[in-house]
Parts: sequence; C-alpha cells; structure tokens
Amino acid sequence: MVPSHPVGTRDTALRTTDDDAAPAVVERVRRVSAAQRSSFVARLVLAIVVGLIMMFPLYWMITLAFSPRTDVFSRELNLWPSEWTLENFRTIFNGFPTITWFGNSVVITVIVTILTVTVNLLAGYAFAKLDFRGKGAIFLLVLSTMMIPVQVLMVAQFRLVTELGIYGTFWAVIFPSAASAFGIFLARQFMIGIPDELIEAAKVDGAGTIRIFLQIILPLCKPLIAVLVLLTVMYQWNDFAWPLIALKDSQLFTLPIGLLYLRGQYGADYGAIMALALLSITPIIILFLAFQKYFVQGLARSGIR
Amino acid sequence: MSADTSSREGSTTELKAPLPATTYTARSGRAATRHRATLASYGFLGPNLILLGLFLFLPLGWALLISFQESSGFGATGWVGLENYQRLVGDPTFWQSTVNTAVFTLITVPLSLALGLGLAVLMNSVLPGRKLFRTLIYLPMVISGVATALMGVLLFDESTGIVNKLLRGGGLAGLPWQSEGTAAFISIILVTLWIRVGFNMVIYLAGLQGISPELYEAAKLEGATSWQQFRYLTVPLVGPSTFFLLIMDVIYSFQVFDTIFVMTAGGPGRSTSVLVTYAYENGFVTRDQSYAAAIGIVIFLITLIFTAIQWRGNRSRDTAG
Repeated sequence: MVPSHPVGTRDTALRTTDDDAAPAVVERVRRVSAAQRSSFVARLVLAIVVGLIMMFPLYWMITLAFSPRTDVFSRELNLWPSEWTLENFRTIFNGFPTITWFGNSVVITVIVTILTVTVNLLAGYAFAKLDFRGKGAIFLLVLSTMMIPVQVLMVAQFRLVTELGIYGTFWAVIFPSAASAFGIFLARQFMIGIPDELIEAAKVDGAGTIRIFLQIILPLCKPLIAVLVLLTVMYQWNDFAWPLIALKDSQLFTLPIGLLYLRGQYGADYGAIMALALLSITPIIILFLAFQKYFVQGLARSGIR
Repeated sequence: MSADTSSREGSTTELKAPLPATTYTARSGRAATRHRATLASYGFLGPNLILLGLFLFLPLGWALLISFQESSGFGATGWVGLENYQRLVGDPTFWQSTVNTAVFTLITVPLSLALGLGLAVLMNSVLPGRKLFRTLIYLPMVISGVATALMGVLLFDESTGIVNKLLRGGGLAGLPWQSEGTAAFISIILVTLWIRVGFNMVIYLAGLQGISPELYEAAKLEGATSWQQFRYLTVPLVGPSTFFLLIMDVIYSFQVFDTIFVMTAGGPGRSTSVLVTYAYENGFVTRDQSYAAAIGIVIFLITLIFTAIQWRGNRSRDTAG
C-alpha cells in the first residue's frame, strides 16, 4: 500500500501520521506484538516448568546420594541435604564390590560393542551393496527379529547357554546381546546412500570386495560408526533383563544387576542405592552430553524407517 | 524414448564390434565374478547369520518346542501338546496380566503421543535456551531402566517419598503408592511417561521440520487461530510420525519390564502384573519354564502383529511419498 522508500522507515512513519488507516494498523501491530509477547512469556514459563519436572528425579537422586541417613528417613520435607556427605559412597565402596561391578559393566559393554558393530557393518554392507540370492528374504527375516523381547527367548536362551557351558560367565551375556538386528538396519540405510560409482571405480582399479570395504566404504561411514557405537554402548550398559538371568555370581554382576542386589541387601537405604545409581548413570550421561547429536539422530533414524 | 533406445543400442554395438571373439570368455568370466560376489556376500553376512541363527532363531524354535512340553524345574519331560496353552486360558493371573498390559498400553500410548507432540511444538517455536530444554527432555532416554525405576521407588515411597511429602505439605493426604493397586499403576505410568516423552518429541520435531512455513503464513492470512492452525495443519501433517510412534509406543508399552519389575514386581497382589513380568516370574521364580515359554510365544505373536502393521504402514508411506 505505502510505497517503500529507500530513505528509511522514519520518513514513512512521519508521512503516514495523517493517514486515516494508519492508527488502526499501528494499533493492530501493537496488539499482535503484545499477544506475541504474552504467548512468548507463556511458552517460556511452560518450558521452564517442563524442564524442572524432567530434571527433578535426577536432582533428587543426586541430593539423596549426598545426604546423611537421617535425612533419607526423615518425615520432614527437605529439598536440600542438611549436610553434604560422602557416607553413602563409602557404604557402597566398602560394603559391596562396586568397583568390580563397574569394571564388569565396562568389559561386557566394550566386547559387545566391538562385536556387534563389526558384525553389523559387515552385514549392512552386504545388504546395501552386494548382490546375492535370497537377499530380500534374508533381510526381512533379520528385520523381523528387531522387536522380539527377551522374555520370548529367555527360557530357551537360558538352556542354550547352559548347554554351551557358558551359563554364569560374561560370554552368556555377550553372545545373545551381540545377536541384534537394529544396527544392521541402520548400517544398510546409511550405506545405500554411498554412490555406486565409487565402488565401480575401485573395482576398475582392481580392488577386491574386502579392500573396497576397508578402504572406500569404512572411511565414509564415520558418522554411522559413531551412532552405532554410542547406541550399542547405551543399550548394553543399561541392559537388565538378560544379564539378570545369565549371571549368578555377585562378583560377575554388571551395575544394573548390582543395583538390584544392593537393594535386596539394604532394603530402604535409599541413600546408598542412589549413590550407586548415580555412579551407574554418570558415564552414559557424559557420553550423551558430549555426543547428543549422534544419539538423537540414531534414535530417530533407527525409528524413522 | 525411441531416440534414447537407439542411441543405447548404437553404443552397445560399438562396444561389441571390436571384440567379437572375447564374448564367450567374457560371459564365463562374468559368471565366475558373480559366483565370487555371492561367496563374498556370505562372507560378509556369515558372522551375523551365525550369531542370529544360534542365539535368536534357534532359541525361538526351541521356545516353541518347550511350550509343548511338560516342565519339571529346569528340565523338560515329555510332550503335552497344547496343555500349557489350555492352562493359560484358564489362568486368572494370565488374564489379569493381559488386561493390565492392555490398560497400561491404552493409557501410556495416547499420553506419550500427546505430550510428545505438545512438547515438540513448544520446542520448535522461538524460545530462549531451546537447546537446553530439549536436552533435559531427551536425557531420561539414555538412563538405565533400573536406575530410573529406583528413582521412581524413591519418589513414590509412601512414607519417606518426596511426592507424598509434597502432597502432605500441601495439606493433602499422601497416596498409597505401594499398598493400593490403582495408585501403584499410576506411579508406573508416570515414570514411563517421563522416560518415553523424549523419544516422541524427537520424532515429532523431525516431522514438524518437514512442514513448510508457508502453510502457516497462508493460514494466518485466512485468520486461523493458533488452535485452528494446530488442529487443521500440524496434526494432519505429522500423521506419518504419529503412525510410526503409535506402533513404536505400543510395542514399548507392551514390553515394559524394567520399570515394573523394579518398582512393584507386579504388586500389590497382581494389580501391576503384565505379560512380560508374569513370563519372567514363571520362568525364573516359580521355575515353571514350559509355561513361561508358552507365555513367551503369546508375547511373540502379539509383537509380530504390530511389527507387520508397522511394515505395511511404512510401505504405503514409501509409495505415497
């Protein structure tokens, strides 16, 4: 309506003051911006409330982990420790094989991750770039296992690891855990995006399938490998149901099983339980904060298709 | 079209012309290459197929066999046909666990979807510290189920838990989170939502970012209110995300184990017992392993149905888009 002048807005504003429509326009703009401002404030308040609710359980875990026993059992409402103490950490380190459990979790997670990621990268490449008979059918079969919960297989898996003579050892946890399909799915999706021309060119240069995989494909798969490693580490570090069945000796427990054991021994000593819980979630939280982009992409992608 | 074909034919004859004698050897060479390619493929697939075959498909078939056997402790003796399944039909705890699973799923899935979408819209709008808020909502996704459930135990403890302390502080009565079925059920639902809302938000955020802002501009020009824009633009346009999440959330809720096992172990009574915890209880607490295997097969069949729906949906989405 008003021709735009390169001179500036002030000039235009001055000229339109005696325009009839102007006050209404200005009024509407002001009203909209007031409404926008109030909606902005409302959104911010809502976001803060949601953030507080999401953080509160973690805050409470940390608070109790550093509180003296009397606070934990008090019927008073204290949102802050009466004094900061390491008493609970002394309890779990002196009374329980906490360091061993932590080490067991690390060892099992590292082995499962190396095994799973290697095997899934190989299989993902075969499904994405190689031609062989029965490819579609095998892929469908592999995919169909993605959603099977451990409770379907646990009885037979328990007998299997017993028959194999590995029941109660780390291997009883490691092998069934490494037999997972979600990584194959991610690997295939990613590798399909690698242009065939690269592979053809390498073939012309005389490279074999293995050399192409190691020297052409893998260097292009760094983001994929990062996602696979992080997600596998997270799943394995947190895994509970199967290690609960496969392990029997408390010296070989992983942290989640150790947590349950501690609770069985200490009942309602929530301070000690929260100290161990805090210890068990810290490595994953650090990884998550450092590599949030990969975690979120991986979780969304392993979902989106 | 025809020009294209002719030019391709032309190029083929051109290529063929100087090498008529090599045709035969080239073909056999190609066959050998393909043979080698197949061998290489199975080499790449091999480790994975061995792992999946031995630790997934074998136990799956074995579980089916065990479910047709009579159990005594950890060993199985003799075939009993469908007896374990007949027992399921007449087992009130099995039915209560099934109903609990269904109710839990029917409550948590719509709530996860609604909260996920609401938060995604909020976190997609102009907001200071948006990244920080998103991180806070994602965080519960990566925390172990046991640690989360123990936090739940602590928050909802009837006498010393902070939730009841807050309720009492506000002049209300504390709720019987451990001693009464409905309250226990609610506490599990709340913890599940806390875990699950981040995943729903991630998927919805991706869906929202695919919507063209011009659509909202046009709606604003037409005078649509924020609610109308949400109801008639956002909700239909994130439909594919909703469908995907619906299935994933159903499978998650249907299989939730850690939270219930640690927080209530199915109690008080049987009020929070679900299929997966009931299967575990039979397999490794009361040691009725064949019966546990039968429950496992039921869980497997239900899972299969939802996985199949998910695939069909994906395929139709692929052809549509």
